[in-house]
Amino acid sequence: MKILIVDDFSTMRRIIKNLLRDLGFTNTAEADDGTTALPMLQHGNFDFLVTDWNMPGMSGIDLLRAVRADERLKTLPVLMVTAEAKRDQIIEAAQAGVNGYVVKPFTAQALKEKIEKVFERIEAK
Amino acid sequence: MVLSGNAGQTTAEEFEQSLKTNAQKLVEHLEEGDYKEAVMVIHAINQARDRGLYYEVGKLTRALHNSIISFQLDTARSFGSEHGEHSKIADASDRLDYVVRLTDKAANRTMDLVESSAPVVSQLGKEAAALREEWKRLQRREMTAEEFRNLSRSIMDFLERSEKHSAEVSSNLNDILMAQDYQDLTGQVIKRVITLVHDVEESLLNLVRMAGQVDRIAGIQHELPDPEERKSASQAEGPQIHADKRDDVVSGQDEVDDLLSSLGF
Repeated sequence: MKILIVDDFSTMRRIIKNLLRDLGFTNTAEADDGTTALPMLQHGNFDFLVTDWNMPGMSGIDLLRAVRADERLKTLPVLMVTAEAKRDQIIEAAQAGVNGYVVKPFTAQALKEKIEKVFERIEAK
Repeated sequence: MVLSGNAGQTTAEEFEQSLKTNAQKLVEHLEEGDYKEAVMVIHAINQARDRGLYYEVGKLTRALHNSIISFQLDTARSFGSEHGEHSKIADASDRLDYVVRLTDKAANRTMDLVESSAPVVSQLGKEAAALREEWKRLQRREMTAEEFRNLSRSIMDFLERSEKHSAEVSSNLNDILMAQDYQDLTGQVIKRVITLVHDVEESLLNLVRMAGQVDRIAGIQHELPDPEERKSASQAEGPQIHADKRDDVVSGQDEVDDLLSSLGF
């Protein structure tokens, strides 16, 4: 299981990376915005994407749309981990095809639950 | 910085008052057919208007000048002078950069210490579990004398390592505690920047009020942009500080989950 973590703050990437490691996911890579993440996704054989929303360059929602529009990436599970908490935004992300949405600040438990839920739904299909 | 808007109020009011009385005079003169006097009145109105306008523009210019000096805005850069002082705004940006650096350093230092402590604790736990299994074998008298000697040595080693490692973890915990000292420093810096922002806002409001007087005398009307058009749904807002006071914002993960499940997730 190869996971890409996209966030413009290195500390947040590190926290998510540590939490993922505790959950047994050790194969992770990092990018600081959508612009650097997209080529990595296109060439890196990633199985899962965890992304922030608000980033300079390409935002998380635009990255999500780009992933869904890409023939080879469109089924990639995407978890949004963001401080953006407007109802309209959550609906927008859902319509864009997000697989899970975690609002910051979050607990290790919340992240774990959402990740497990995303994989459960994928396996059920 | 104090910029009084009250004096301007009177100038604008004086002008409007004189406009009213002069208008009546103008009508009277016109009705009487006294065009010479009527033109004189129009001239007087114009003069009063110009006087008021010059006065208000002058005041606005002075207030703007004071604001620039008060906040030491970077006139050196815009006017090409070589002796510009470091502006308060640039200073505030530097201070906030310092906050970002400090919080970043503290977060990384804390995570470094946690990452170096976690495997130590986990290793001690594993060794203790293994020794307990051995100890149970001893209690069940399933152990040979040779095995017991080995166990005894392992226990001694383990105790030594426990002592050493708990001192290490304890020191790391202490360092984690010390890494939180940024809170005090950044708090002070942020409070100073808040004061500056407040002063700038007050000064800007005064300028707007004075510019309003100029508009009033000159009869200028501005088209204001529709505030609704400025924000779109996908515009990122960052963390919500007053989530409980807004209807369009969720206040936590539970509400996100509810919203998503209502959408069929």
